Amino acid sequence: MLYPITTIHYVILSAALLLIGTVGFLTRRNIVIILMSIELILNAVNINLVAFSERFQAMEGQIFAIFVIAVAVAEAAVGLGILIALFRNRETVASDEIDLLKW
Amino acid sequence: MVSAILFYLFALMILGGAVLMVTRRNAVHAALWLVVTLLGVAGVFLLRSAEFLFVVQIMLYIGGVVLLILFVIMLVNLDAEARQPRFHRQWLLALACAVVVGAEIVYVLLSGLEAFRLAPAVTAVQTGGSTERLADVLFSEYLLPFEIASILLLVAIVGSVVMAKKRI
Repeated sequence: MLYPITTIHYVILSAALLLIGTVGFLTRRNIVIILMSIELILNAVNINLVAFSERFQAMEGQIFAIFVIAVAVAEAAVGLGILIALFRNRETVASDEIDLLKW
Repeated sequence: MVSAILFYLFALMILGGAVLMVTRRNAVHAALWLVVTLLGVAGVFLLRSAEFLFVVQIMLYIGGVVLLILFVIMLVNLDAEARQPRFHRQWLLALACAVVVGAEIVYVLLSGLEAFRLAPAVTAVQTGGSTERLADVLFSEYLLPFEIASILLLVAIVGSVVMAKKRI
């Protein structure tokens, strides 16, 4: 059960990491940590892709992981730019204090 | 045997770092625990013989994204933030949503467990290393998505500069 490491072990690891990322994304107030939780979720996906890529001896999984990394980097850059603009206007990085659209 | 021990070591790094990242009060500490998690993921890539992704993970994620996050944490002054509650008011509802997602994942994995009893891995005739084969496929079949990814990165560069600049 525990010893020969098979693909299912990687899938379980990836699911656990995705869940921790989801909890962080949904519960934290600090937007910087919310962005970090998104990185955790994307990394969980990458673990899955690479594990199945090695399992089926197909390179497509690793290529998709490269694209996921590219999108994650772009998302982090734009997200942190938005965060700086937000902090300049509202003087806060707490997600529940940004309620201009709230009725 | 060694690879199994390494797998559990990296899994411990990944999950422990992730839990500590989500629960730390100080944002800088959270970023440093994120580094531990990303290093563990890089180790998993190496175990699954994805050497190129291992290097990309360390250079881009740890050298790029975490550095960017640390810069932003230093730019926005978080001292007042650190004394306020870590979790917002709806944290119980959010936790319930996460539990639902977790139950769904467990259910899907358990109901599809048969699909994981695969035949032994095909040992295809491997010409060249993993990185070489990756480059072969990436620059032939996936050339167009590769170019589109470069356009996406250009848009991200311009977009983040426009967002962060005071006056355009």
